[in-house]
Amino acid sequence: MKKLNKILCTVLALTMVLALCACGGTTETQAPQTEAPASEAPATEAPATEAPETEAPAGEFTTVEEGKLHMSTNAQFPPYEMTTDDGGFEGIDVEIAQAIAEKLGLELVVDDMAFNAALTAAQTGQSDMVMAGVTVNEERLEVMDFSDTYATGVQVVIVKEDSPIQTIDDLANAEMIGCQADTTGYIYCSYPVEEGGYGADHVTAYDNGAMAVMALMNGQIDAVVIDNAPAQEFVKANEGLKILDTEFANEDYAIGFAKGNTALRDAVNAALNELIADGTVQAIIDKYIPAA
Amino acid sequence: MLEGLMGIAGKFYKAFIEGERWKLYLSGLGITLEMTVVALIFGMVLGVVVAVIRTAHDQQRPGRRNILLSILNALCKLYTTIIRGTPMMVQILIWGFVIFASSRDKVMVGIIGLGINSGAYAAEIVRGGLMSVDVGQSEAGRSLGLNYLDTMRFIVIPQAFKNILPSLGNEFITLFKDTSLVNTIGAAELTYQAMRIGGRNYDYMPPLIGSALIYLAIVIIFTWLQGKLERRLRQSDRR
Repeated sequence: MKKLNKILCTVLALTMVLALCACGGTTETQAPQTEAPASEAPATEAPATEAPETEAPAGEFTTVEEGKLHMSTNAQFPPYEMTTDDGGFEGIDVEIAQAIAEKLGLELVVDDMAFNAALTAAQTGQSDMVMAGVTVNEERLEVMDFSDTYATGVQVVIVKEDSPIQTIDDLANAEMIGCQADTTGYIYCSYPVEEGGYGADHVTAYDNGAMAVMALMNGQIDAVVIDNAPAQEFVKANEGLKILDTEFANEDYAIGFAKGNTALRDAVNAALNELIADGTVQAIIDKYIPAA
Repeated sequence: MLEGLMGIAGKFYKAFIEGERWKLYLSGLGITLEMTVVALIFGMVLGVVVAVIRTAHDQQRPGRRNILLSILNALCKLYTTIIRGTPMMVQILIWGFVIFASSRDKVMVGIIGLGINSGAYAAEIVRGGLMSVDVGQSEAGRSLGLNYLDTMRFIVIPQAFKNILPSLGNEFITLFKDTSLVNTIGAAELTYQAMRIGGRNYDYMPPLIGSALIYLAIVIIFTWLQGKLERRLRQSDRR
């Protein structure tokens, strides 16, 4: 009898857990909740100028926190986003976001977390938007809304200079390829061979690009597939590495929003397009990536 | 309400059934269990050795000091201090990226990291057990002509084992769940597979909840087995 009780209790507890998840799931699709930012990600304010305390020009959109624009990112992706020595953030995405926030009369707050968490944060309304060199693709469009493109990303392959892998085709022979977890590079590589990838058994996902590059330096993996701009930085910082001449993939970067949050997206889009038109965006990109 | 439930069901379908993704969870679970079992054995052996050295050192008769034992004891103390004083996550990263910087076998690295970590905790648990057996017991054994090892084997350890079983079960459960940390160095265990499926679907909720339930189920099964073992050992008691 006692045993039966125990089993019943366990089943009940499990049902309750499931019911809770169910509730969580339905609210998830609703646009930004007025909740504090993700507790696991320390919200640090960008070390930038104070935004004027005026009402936003568009007015109809809401943000997670009033008067503030929360941007979730993975600040280990130079030169798009990285941390500064005093604990702040800088990079192309951060500066563009800063300019957008100023245009909207909001104060920018950068929430730093893992790349996959940054995407989820925007989807679930923990942050207003995700800017982390996010590539737009069909699958992401199903679950997120995106702004217009503000930069072009090129995925490249980093190998050791003396590596047997010298072309993109040689990647098929790589015993292990490293990628940043859940980036498009990882997803392409981990597709089964018949679908154009190399199979998940030959790809390792690391929490960030720097860890993948460290594993490459150690000889734990044979190649790293990552976006070109950070790849340039990584190759500069580590001797004996090189980038293959052929590109792995060409992609467009955009800002991601929770699905259905069109008011905010339109406002950000308008600001972004103004900044593109007056050359600010190009100036920021040129500042971090000097024209070759 | 119904629509919401259907949506959830669809999400779970996508995360578990579509494209035979459940196979990925199973392979991840296999690696998780492999790491747990091997690391547990490794950690227990290490723990018992360290505990016996530490207890033998501490229970020497006053005035008698064995130099060799003192050196071994100092080494064991250093080991437990370092391992218990640093986070598991940092240890795994150090094993993966510093000490075994050229190893491609991440599961092996994970097993070594987890085993050595678990050993430090097991050592303290076993030591507690050995110390909990009254000195009179081993004195009696020695007076009856048993040597040190036989006294340990037939008199002290059987009593100590019963005392420490709950704590050891605890350590096993911790170790089992700590395997999830090895995903940071890229070992394809259960959490790693769940995160990758989440990444591919852009929806982390179902795989995370699913993997949590898998961990929970295994721990419940283990706790049940442990309870059975404890009851069996208690049969000889007259309490």
